[in-house]
Amino acid sequence: MKELVVLSGKGGTGKTSIVGSLAALAEDKILADCDVDAADLHLLLEPVVRQKQEFWSGQVAVIDEEKCTQCGLCPELCHFEAIKDFRVDPVSCEGCGFCYHICPDEAITMKENLSGHWFISDTKYGPLVHARLGIAQENSGKLVALVRQQAREMAEKQGAACIISDGPPGIGCPVISSLSGASLALLVTEPTLSGIHDLERVLGVCRHFGVPALVCINKYDINEENSRRIEDYCLKQEVEVAARIPFDNIVTEAMVKGLPVVQYSDGPVSREIKLLWQNIAGRLSAN
Amino acid sequence: MIISVASGKGGTGKTLVATSLAFSLKSKQPVQLLDCDVEEPNDHIFLKPVITQKEAVCIQVPKVDEAKCTHCGLCAEVCAYNALAVLPDRVMVFPELCHGCGACSYLCPEKAISEEGRETGVVEWGQADGIDFVQGRINVGEAMAPPAIRQVRERANADGVVIIDVPPGTSCPVVEAIKGSHFCLLVTEPTPFGLNDLVLAVETVRELNIPLAVVLNRAGGEYTKVEEYCRKENIPILLTIPLDTEIARLYSRGVTLAEGMPETQEMFILLWDEIRKILDEGTGSLKR
Ligand code: SF4
Ligand code: SF4
Repeated sequence: MKELVVLSGKGGTGKTSIVGSLAALAEDKILADCDVDAADLHLLLEPVVRQKQEFWSGQVAVIDEEKCTQCGLCPELCHFEAIKDFRVDPVSCEGCGFCYHICPDEAITMKENLSGHWFISDTKYGPLVHARLGIAQENSGKLVALVRQQAREMAEKQGAACIISDGPPGIGCPVISSLSGASLALLVTEPTLSGIHDLERVLGVCRHFGVPALVCINKYDINEENSRRIEDYCLKQEVEVAARIPFDNIVTEAMVKGLPVVQYSDGPVSREIKLLWQNIAGRLSAN
Repeated sequence: MIISVASGKGGTGKTLVATSLAFSLKSKQPVQLLDCDVEEPNDHIFLKPVITQKEAVCIQVPKVDEAKCTHCGLCAEVCAYNALAVLPDRVMVFPELCHGCGACSYLCPEKAISEEGRETGVVEWGQADGIDFVQGRINVGEAMAPPAIRQVRERANADGVVIIDVPPGTSCPVVEAIKGSHFCLLVTEPTPFGLNDLVLAVETVRELNIPLAVVLNRAGGEYTKVEEYCRKENIPILLTIPLDTEIARLYSRGVTLAEGMPETQEMFILLWDEIRKILDEGTGSLKR
């Protein structure tokens, strides 16, 4: 079973729209939304939730006012400045438990933290594993790992050929969590200087974790000179540019209708995405 | 005065708003721009700062002196992140898992643990043609953004206007970047994705009790649900930037709107006046 993860470094390059279309094109797959922070894929796939589970992760410290003698040790030692006026600010608390261990009055307890939810849903295009991290929560990396693990278990049970996952933006903890051990990364970029800069960083992360990558230039015609720069860069890095998708408002129109663009139009965007999928499918079945 | 510029969804124009606002205000008052999007910092592309100083972002990870260690196992027990494993004859440290909380070194009964800095990124600062510029950048392969963000935030000089470019999303890096601001601008676009992520961002900022307003970018299509949502939630839309290929072209070349189209500077100065008015009146969309 193969795992494709779609990343972009920079947000807003059109990653999720492309994943939605790949979901419609691929057969025999499990879908995973690893953007647990600001998930959008469900807006294109209309999932019907079959299973909802709580995600308990990490802890927060709580000070018992009755027992606390305000000795001042915990605010002095906390490395995250989470203790103010002998109260714990749950947003700043990293759950390390240092204060719990050192409080001479045993006034501090560590409480488990409900950090979010994860779901298994049915969509027109196959099962989807997705999640919702609670507002201002930590541990997005762990939730991503959980989503991937569920997707893998499901893929194995159903004998699915591949998993397609929509990754988060950036290069930090949730990205690493969605990338490590995947078979192939598709990097969706755009021909802006920011897009190029961010592509270089996210490609660096793929290299770091030994995941082969393919690049797709979205909206390539908004700046063809920059598109050529991306191509030159990829040539030098020996990374294939697998698709050049033109800018077309049809993508937004499809999004407003709640449809993957390949289901909505047969225009040049859809044609290019179909070719992209053939390329990816070939790669996934080859190695 | 600290103004953070955020957006649940990436790529909505947060960088454009942060850099253009800084660019438009700089002739009127001292402006500082902090790029806290440490995973993918982009503001430097638009403002082309001359970086004059930098410092490493380090987290303090444990170093065990095996000569003193009795392998009692306490350190591994207290570490909440499994960054330590005590074997019968040695202690293994997994530095990439360590959050630098300091518990193990403080609690070790043999005082066998000291701390050493592990570099996870860099904070750089300098001048960008009249704008005081600071940015952070985590190293490729590094998972933790908050320590770098914290270090960028420490350089805030609240005497003038401080504009913070916040990373996308709603989780811990976002909170770390926004926390302590006086006002938050949420940049969104009129699409279903834009709306979905705006709603999440509003919840996050309200959780932190910071007054907020919306900037609607790439406006002009038929989709009006973002405006409807803002009306319903009583959130002011302080600025609307039209969908315009010329703006997109400037952006693609690394030129921010207020520089490429100087006539738009007035619009950003007005935006700033509106924010100040809201703060003076103590309104702002705090309540649900
Ligand atoms: S707590 Fe100190 S003595 Fe005990 S295993 Fe850890 S380093 Fe060794
Ligand atoms: S400093 Fe804290 S997080 Fe790091 S190893 Fe020690 S106990 Fe664990």
